[in-house]
Amino acid sequence: MLEDLFNVVTARFNNTSEDKKSDQGKHVDIPKDLLFKCPRCSSVCMTEELENNLGVCPSCGYHSRIDSRRRLELTADKDSFIEYDADMISKNPIDFPGYDVKQEELRQKTGLKDAVITGECTIKGRRCVIGIMDTRYMMASMGSVVGEKLTRAFETATEKKLPIVLFTASGGARMQEGIVSLMQMAKTSGAAARHSEAGLLYITVMTDPTTGGVTASFASLGDIIIAEPKVLIGFAGRRVIEGTIKQRLPEDFQSAEFLLEHGFVDMIVERRSMRRTLAHIISLHGGEIESMGG
Amino acid sequence: MSQKNIIENPLTPWERMEIIRNKLRPTVRDYIPLIFNDFFELHGDRLFGDDGAIMGGIGRIQDIPVTIIAEVKGRNINENKASNFAMPHPEGYRKALRLARQAEKFHRPVICFIDTPGAFCGVDAEKRGQGEAIARNIAEFMTLKTPVISVVLGEGGSGGALALGVCDELGMLSNSLYSVISPRGFASILWKDATREKEACGIMKITAEDLCRLEICDSIIEEPDGGAHNDVKQTAENIEEFLLKTLKEKMRIDIDELLEQRYTKFRKIGDFEEGTGGYNPDGEELITTDEEYSM
Repeated sequence: MLEDLFNVVTARFNNTSEDKKSDQGKHVDIPKDLLFKCPRCSSVCMTEELENNLGVCPSCGYHSRIDSRRRLELTADKDSFIEYDADMISKNPIDFPGYDVKQEELRQKTGLKDAVITGECTIKGRRCVIGIMDTRYMMASMGSVVGEKLTRAFETATEKKLPIVLFTASGGARMQEGIVSLMQMAKTSGAAARHSEAGLLYITVMTDPTTGGVTASFASLGDIIIAEPKVLIGFAGRRVIEGTIKQRLPEDFQSAEFLLEHGFVDMIVERRSMRRTLAHIISLHGGEIESMGG
Repeated sequence: MSQKNIIENPLTPWERMEIIRNKLRPTVRDYIPLIFNDFFELHGDRLFGDDGAIMGGIGRIQDIPVTIIAEVKGRNINENKASNFAMPHPEGYRKALRLARQAEKFHRPVICFIDTPGAFCGVDAEKRGQGEAIARNIAEFMTLKTPVISVVLGEGGSGGALALGVCDELGMLSNSLYSVISPRGFASILWKDATREKEACGIMKITAEDLCRLEICDSIIEEPDGGAHNDVKQTAENIEEFLLKTLKEKMRIDIDELLEQRYTKFRKIGDFEEGTGGYNPDGEELITTDEEYSM
């Protein structure tokens, strides 16, 4: 159920650090912007070192979250990106108290309008439609804007006969939009199905964390599903499941590696090889080189 | 859209919640013999197993053969054990999809009955790809070349309900509820306080009238005063009447047109505004300058 994704997120990413602190028995304050503490292996490194390593933990290889602009830089050819629907913002479909204010604050804080950017770019000269979810905005939960922008991205890709590459990350459906958020699962999946029926290529890249209603809709529908190492991918929340079975789950439960083992991911690809891999897959599906990208 | 005839139900969302959680609430097993003739059940997803949380089969409504796919609540503890309290595993959704494909092959309409707290959350469900199973159903039902009608009997819980909810017409019993998450989960996530369940229930917009206003539900199927359990036969008749009317209407529509309407039914759901740039400014420009734009 979608409530789980919240638990997933809190359990793994917020509370983990608290748990570990108490486990270690001594309290160490880590200046947030200077040091990075890996939520997987708990090792600490300089933020600069992490950034120079493309946001990958130098110690265990966990691929930490990066924002959508950075992801675009790492993926698309320089200056090739043309954004779609850059100004779309959400309304408040169920009049949830405080939703408008919260969104306005987040827009100010992040500079984003909602949790996904979509558009068109080339990757090593091969044209595609691209969508990148951004966890800084309400844990990239899917509401009306994410649903509409991704649906339009699929539709545009279908019209222009282009492949589509989606970098997924999400806590799931956006609760504040109630049933309307649930219906975005149908809308996006329907658009993905039509793109597929047109014989076009859809590549999903699952990044940290891909959960709940996003896992249960368009994210799982890629012709080829790639995951970054050690990221969290799942439907239900870890805590909900632990509550059901009354025991702790193993560390690697719902990891990219767990999904590969159980047959729900085609391959795990490191961030430094992602651009090359995407270009390679697109070229194998007839994507022609328009111009050499940098 | 039939939301023009919304009949307001005087009960609060919470009162309806109590009605649908009532132990006497009829389940799909009560309705099937009252609505369908010659019904027989079909089992298994042909991949892993047979999930008791989702029942599938073939029967006739009047003289029309239909495939029936339903989430099954138990009427007692043994039935609930067998049906896992109507919380399906991936094999349940895959059984549903298998039977839907079979219906498509034989040009039978599909009737889905939704009644679930949600998809099951467990280790095995994750191992077998709960997310993938639901996603696949949603996408495949969207392009299924036969009419699909869904009816929410009690609880429509989240993705577990939507997996049987991509349809040409959605009917809801007048006390049923359909939501992205349980009110308890909603309160727990957004207010960090699960005890505010009742308050959440009141603001979430999860009743049949709410969903009609949001243009998600198409028809409200009346229950007798006090709830379906007060007159199962009458409720079954109302469901049958809705199904027959809708079936006849949808079966007349050319299948490509029907699929277009189904796509649009979901495509238009969302509440957003474009910025100052208007619709898709960059995209528009690209489209008009793109020689290859052909659709």
